[in-house]
Amino acid sequence: MSLPLSIPLWLPAAAAFLGLFLPGALSRVLTIVGAAGTFAWTIWAIADFDRGVGKLQDLTDEVWIKQLGIHYKLGIDGLNLALIGLAAFLFLVCIVWAAMKEWDHAPQFFFFLGLAESAVLGALMAQDLALFVLFFDLMLLPFLFLAGIWGPEATRVPAIIKLFIYTLVGSLLMLAAAIATGVLAANNAGTDLSFAFSDLARTAPALGKGTQEWIFLCFAAAFWVKMPAFPVHGWMPDGYRNMPLPVLAVFSAVLSKVAAYGFLRAVLPLFPDAAAHFQDLMLVLALGSILYGSAMAFTTSESRLVLGYSSVAQLGFITLGVFSLSADGANGAILQAVNHGLVVAPAFVIVAYLAERAGGSEDLRDMGGIAFRAPVLAALFLIVVLANLAMPGSSNFVGEFLILLGVFHSKLVIAAIAFVGVGMAAVYSLRLFIRAMHNRVGPEVESREINFREGLVLVPLVGVILFFAVYPQLALHKGQRTITESVVPAAVATGDPALATRPAETQVIR
Amino acid sequence: MLAAVAKPSIDWAGASPLIALLGGSIVVLLAGLLRGRVIREQLVPLLTIVAFGASIGLGIWQWDHAKDLFVAKGSQGALRLDDLSLMILFIISATGIGATLLAWRSLAPREAAHGEFFALMLTSAAGMFILAAAQNLVTVFLGLELLSVPLYVLCATEMRRERSLESGLKYLIIGSVGSATMLYGLAFLYGATGGTDFREISAAIAGGVAHDSLLLTGIALTLVGLAFKASVAPFHQWTPDVYEGAPTPVTAWMAVATKAAAFGAALRIFDVALIDAAHDWQPAIATLATITIVVGNIGALAQSSLKRIMAWSSVAQAGYLLAGVLVASRLGVKATVFYLAIYLFMNLAAFAVIIARERETPWGDDIRSIAGIGMSRPLLAWPLTLAMLSLAGMPATAGFIGKFTLIDAAADGGYTWLGIVIVIGSMISLAYYLRIVAAMWMRPSSAGEVSTVNPDGSPRLAGADPVTERADWEISLVAVLAGAAILVFGIIPSPLLNLADSAGKALGLL
Repeated sequence: MSLPLSIPLWLPAAAAFLGLFLPGALSRVLTIVGAAGTFAWTIWAIADFDRGVGKLQDLTDEVWIKQLGIHYKLGIDGLNLALIGLAAFLFLVCIVWAAMKEWDHAPQFFFFLGLAESAVLGALMAQDLALFVLFFDLMLLPFLFLAGIWGPEATRVPAIIKLFIYTLVGSLLMLAAAIATGVLAANNAGTDLSFAFSDLARTAPALGKGTQEWIFLCFAAAFWVKMPAFPVHGWMPDGYRNMPLPVLAVFSAVLSKVAAYGFLRAVLPLFPDAAAHFQDLMLVLALGSILYGSAMAFTTSESRLVLGYSSVAQLGFITLGVFSLSADGANGAILQAVNHGLVVAPAFVIVAYLAERAGGSEDLRDMGGIAFRAPVLAALFLIVVLANLAMPGSSNFVGEFLILLGVFHSKLVIAAIAFVGVGMAAVYSLRLFIRAMHNRVGPEVESREINFREGLVLVPLVGVILFFAVYPQLALHKGQRTITESVVPAAVATGDPALATRPAETQVIR
Repeated sequence: MLAAVAKPSIDWAGASPLIALLGGSIVVLLAGLLRGRVIREQLVPLLTIVAFGASIGLGIWQWDHAKDLFVAKGSQGALRLDDLSLMILFIISATGIGATLLAWRSLAPREAAHGEFFALMLTSAAGMFILAAAQNLVTVFLGLELLSVPLYVLCATEMRRERSLESGLKYLIIGSVGSATMLYGLAFLYGATGGTDFREISAAIAGGVAHDSLLLTGIALTLVGLAFKASVAPFHQWTPDVYEGAPTPVTAWMAVATKAAAFGAALRIFDVALIDAAHDWQPAIATLATITIVVGNIGALAQSSLKRIMAWSSVAQAGYLLAGVLVASRLGVKATVFYLAIYLFMNLAAFAVIIARERETPWGDDIRSIAGIGMSRPLLAWPLTLAMLSLAGMPATAGFIGKFTLIDAAADGGYTWLGIVIVIGSMISLAYYLRIVAAMWMRPSSAGEVSTVNPDGSPRLAGADPVTERADWEISLVAVLAGAAILVFGIIPSPLLNLADSAGKALGLL
């Protein structure tokens, strides 16, 4: 007995929509109830997930637009299970966090947050290329309003337009590429037009190499911008500065993962030849992200941007894992996607708490000495920081280990350079902690312990980090089979299929 | 020899939608002569709506009865009543109802006398239907003139405003150049093929005159003539000035209905009569489409008048629509008709809001007039937001499906690169559509800065309409209905796609 996926998918948006017609206090309660309902469903779905079945589970498959071959097809499998859980959890926490603050026009604010959750879940659940593209574009829309209406008044409009155009340039290219994939693959194979992944997986890899390559580049552009990755991260600093922190936390923790997931779901299985062809390019760009992101993260003094650039670097690692085109790398990438989301969200929560204690400034130069009277906050922050730098014993360590292992087997040189990034992560993470919590007490710093309401948001987030540190398999063992399958076609195309089929190393962490 | 001219057989049932429009215009004109003010101001618009409604009803009655109208012996018949012409009729008449509601309490009909104003609208609607249904070169020209001449007058109906007069004069001069060019082209087509019926023309082209330079010149000139009407670059220069100067309800009327008629005619001329010369005109149209998309979108970037933005955007949209004409396939016709139908909703929503704000603020159609209405006037802000997002092709709006079908048709017809051009155009367009969204939601309201009355108590003139406190329910109604249609057809597009598909079937293409 299973629930149709549409219910948990649309519940947050529907609850938040009802909230539009209620006063502010009720609307936030209703939005929390919607998000909590979906989160409860994900716990049950993860527990109920049958790892023995290598197929989609809880499948919903309706023809949506017959003339265009678009299916309303949703399903969960090993690839998206952990990420759906991550999204539902982080949205719930951030909505609760947002509900503790005062907002002008609160019902609208929570409506957009609920809509964002549904759109993100839709992108993760979609099993149809056109539907995926639709949700992928849709999930950006609420953030246009969230940042544009509730961001800092002086700078928000240019920043949000910049963010939107950057990301939509990629997304629209992906739209054209997706339509071309469906049409050309159907014409090529002589079948009816269909965008379902299951149909495209049969027909799309047969496309000519040239066609595959330009389509691949369009998809890569969309995911690359959304991550954001090194040469196309230009929207990130302004975008991060102009989002309210609860919004930024979900944006940074969840949306970028959908891009990494898109590579594994849509690109590698459908265009294996192109993926193999561009493997080196993608690995080098990922390296660029790691090195550039790390370097920027330990030079900037804005705490938001430290986390922003650190995300650029971490997403570089995830891309590295995906494009090692090996089972280890892909598993590591998914694990690291979950880890990064779990780390960056509490980090933004902490940034908000630090700013409250440093006279409202989020600049590291105005902080310092906050640990003085706040040992619990300091301890929680330290756990987050150690997880971020992939301390052995943390789940991030396992993720980075698997990624680097995968890259080692496929491209030794790249892995050797990527190790520098691991070291740099330690530098910028510890710098953030030391500058904020220790050092000389900042001019307006008023150190105080976290109160109950603050703890209500932060403690569950840190608790989950600790839980994954001792039990990282949770994110992996349910999905391992599907994740591995998603890289097989591309690994075969590189001429080294053994990489994808060797499960030995992944067993180590069991 | 009068005896040789056979009296054509008239299918009264088939001609009934046309009779409703023409008859309606006479009734409305006469009703406008009645003395009572209530009759003129209330009854005349009501009769206009009845006439448009009757034409829709009669059109539904004639649905799927494909037949030739006004068939003289040995000829093909002047008009073709099939699902394509009926779809165009529905679009025209629905726009007519919307535009009548928008014009009902505005200045233009009061200045020009109600009877004349609405009679001219109905006459031009009849011309549009004739143009879209024509299957004879002479009828094409007849329809073109019958649609154009009333529009020249309508543009100048706000007689005491210089811009309106300028707009009418400009449209008259440039429109006449377009008509003359078209007439010249039609003459060449007749000269090359020896027939005025589309059947004869296509038979002659199939019979081997395909590369006759007379024919090619004719095709080129006809294309240019239609390009003038559909505001395809580089024949679009009149568009911004005329759109801006004309009374806004007239702008709304001609923006949608003229475009629908011109594209209906283009589909029939190119995809039926000239189909066998497709290899000659396809590259030309592809080039025009590219130029139009680029010019229209770039032109819109620097505008601050909402009507001028809509004008440039209509240029760009004409470029997208050309992609559907150019591929000469059933898919292409379907995409064009579908896009025209949703274009109706997007434009009506936008123009309704512009009109409402023209009446409420002293800013006319400047972008300042809509600043900050997001929270204060949700019934206006949401439709305009949806219209802008839909014009930009964002998901969950009808515009997404519209772009999807157009790119689908382009890719299927071997013009994938044109699909990419459409996408690039959409990217540029985001900059100005988002500016409007940002103005509504993210800027403080500018309405309070200027008083809406002059010191002596008289209303201050803005654009044309005096600023009033009166909230016009019919304007909000049009905006809300159009906005709802954008959303509904974005989520459930199948019914409209089915209608568009039967229009595609009607032309007998593959």
